[in-house]
Amino acid sequence: MLPANAFDFSLTDLEEMARKLRRHVVSMIATAGSGHPGGSLSAAEIVTALYFKVMYHNSKDPRWPNRDRFILSKGHAAPILYAALAESGYFPIEELKTLRKLDSRLQGHTDMNVTPGVEMSAGSLGMGLSFAIGVALAARLDAKTHRTYVLLGDGECNEGQIWEAAMSAAHFKLDNVTAIIDYNSIQLTGWTKNIMQLEPLREKWQAFGWHVIEIDGHDFNQILSSLDKAREIKTRPTIILAHTIKGKGVSFMENKASFHGKAPSPEETERALNELA
Amino acid sequence: MEELAPREVYGKSLIALGRQNPDIVVLDADLSPSTMTHYFASEFPQRFFDCGLAEQNMISIAAGLAASGKIPFVSTFAVFAACRCFDQVRICLSQTKLNVKIVASHGGISVGEDGISHQAIEDLALYCALPGFTVIVPADAMETAEAIKAVADTHGPVYVRLGRPKVPAVYFESCSFAIGKSVTLREGKDVTIIATGIMVARALEASNYLAEQGVECRVINMSTINPLDEQAIISASLETGALVVAEEHIAHGGLGSRVAMASSKVKPVPMEYVNLGERYGASGKSSELLQRYGLTDKEIAKAAKKAIERKKQLS
Repeated sequence: MLPANAFDFSLTDLEEMARKLRRHVVSMIATAGSGHPGGSLSAAEIVTALYFKVMYHNSKDPRWPNRDRFILSKGHAAPILYAALAESGYFPIEELKTLRKLDSRLQGHTDMNVTPGVEMSAGSLGMGLSFAIGVALAARLDAKTHRTYVLLGDGECNEGQIWEAAMSAAHFKLDNVTAIIDYNSIQLTGWTKNIMQLEPLREKWQAFGWHVIEIDGHDFNQILSSLDKAREIKTRPTIILAHTIKGKGVSFMENKASFHGKAPSPEETERALNELA
Repeated sequence: MEELAPREVYGKSLIALGRQNPDIVVLDADLSPSTMTHYFASEFPQRFFDCGLAEQNMISIAAGLAASGKIPFVSTFAVFAACRCFDQVRICLSQTKLNVKIVASHGGISVGEDGISHQAIEDLALYCALPGFTVIVPADAMETAEAIKAVADTHGPVYVRLGRPKVPAVYFESCSFAIGKSVTLREGKDVTIIATGIMVARALEASNYLAEQGVECRVINMSTINPLDEQAIISASLETGALVVAEEHIAHGGLGSRVAMASSKVKPVPMEYVNLGERYGASGKSSELLQRYGLTDKEIAKAAKKAIERKKQLS
């Protein structure tokens, strides 16, 4: 049941695609003059692995009922999703330049009614895991085998709704949900450990009834094997704590809270694109 | 006719809908014996999801279900449905226009003894503030049954407010309900009383009382507050020249505000309001509270006379 254009990239191709998506992210945000580069760059490998290797999806039929779903809960990382959707053929790559502009289909935060391939409207944090539960419950009612992937931010786990959802996904025994935390350890104003301590995070999710896998979120081998493993876990959901670096791939953005929600200057953009060449 | 609780009718309606349409699913937040979704839960356990005391989670789960083609009916008390999860309703339902029906029970101060934490008197203002969100307050049990059928057949997000207590019947033999259409229950030329929910029966009582004194009231059941039947309001303004709006709600943001806005577009006329003003309720029996806070036929009649008096002064 593989749709015609499902991707099955090699490791080398995945590496190259992640770099390409990062370039798109930097260019898009620079052109827009605003946006959130840090949390898009940290998620590049995770999103690349899903769209170009793991998920069954079809850009020619974005609402294909049997598609795997990718729910971006941390809606401010919209640029990395838009880049992946454009490279997957959901809309022209040229359109990435319109990010955040009037009449663009690429809104500042995701809008499911506007952008082909976007599954959920997000922007107010904490809602995506719950939404994914609804999608997964519907799949189970309809005896469908597609999977629902949901990407959460680590700072997002400050929101109480995440823990309501964590409790209920396990309660409903949703083994067709895989959550991934882009654990870049930085939120808007600084290190997560200083703003709101998340640790011990593995133990929290375990206590809530989840199967937990911890990986390096920039290592494709680890990403792919953890997603494979998640498919095998039955009667409970799996969460992958993907340790990442905020701003990854652009030296002066790495581990900098200041690039959570700031566009690079023209000079910085040139430097960033050179580093990502 | 015996008095019935609209929420009881809602519970029974859900079973009928569930039998007709396998896509209908129901979510509740540990209140199913009170919201009456437990009937559906017993017949369709696979399609009933108790989300526990987590209303924010429940709303976003409903959105995910709707995004996959299901028609979720979501129930809890009106205070929680309106206030506890407003951001989730805004982002996941209103901005997406997803096909989720929130049917909240225990609206208004007629909840009674539980007191102000449990009395939803701001819910209509909150839901009316959401662009494109349908807001319905049925007047009695029969209209509730019709309204639930209508919302199941209409695509898009809907908020239906039901009360806790049994209410007197407004409709006896039949009730034709259409979303966005008001029903003129009584014709009259002196003043129009526009009411919603439990205030409709009281408006009719008031009109009887006024008729004895030679005052001819038009009575309109405005069960859909959004989208508003502006034509009926404009006609009432032009033809009767005075309006009274009665609702179990705070003064601002609900039916009164919306009627005033609609009326003023064509011909502003003297208007009087019967509502809770700027007050919270208290604990007490439902009937005692309605009396204490002036949500009565007598207060409506008084307001009608005042509106007529002001009309006369203008002419």
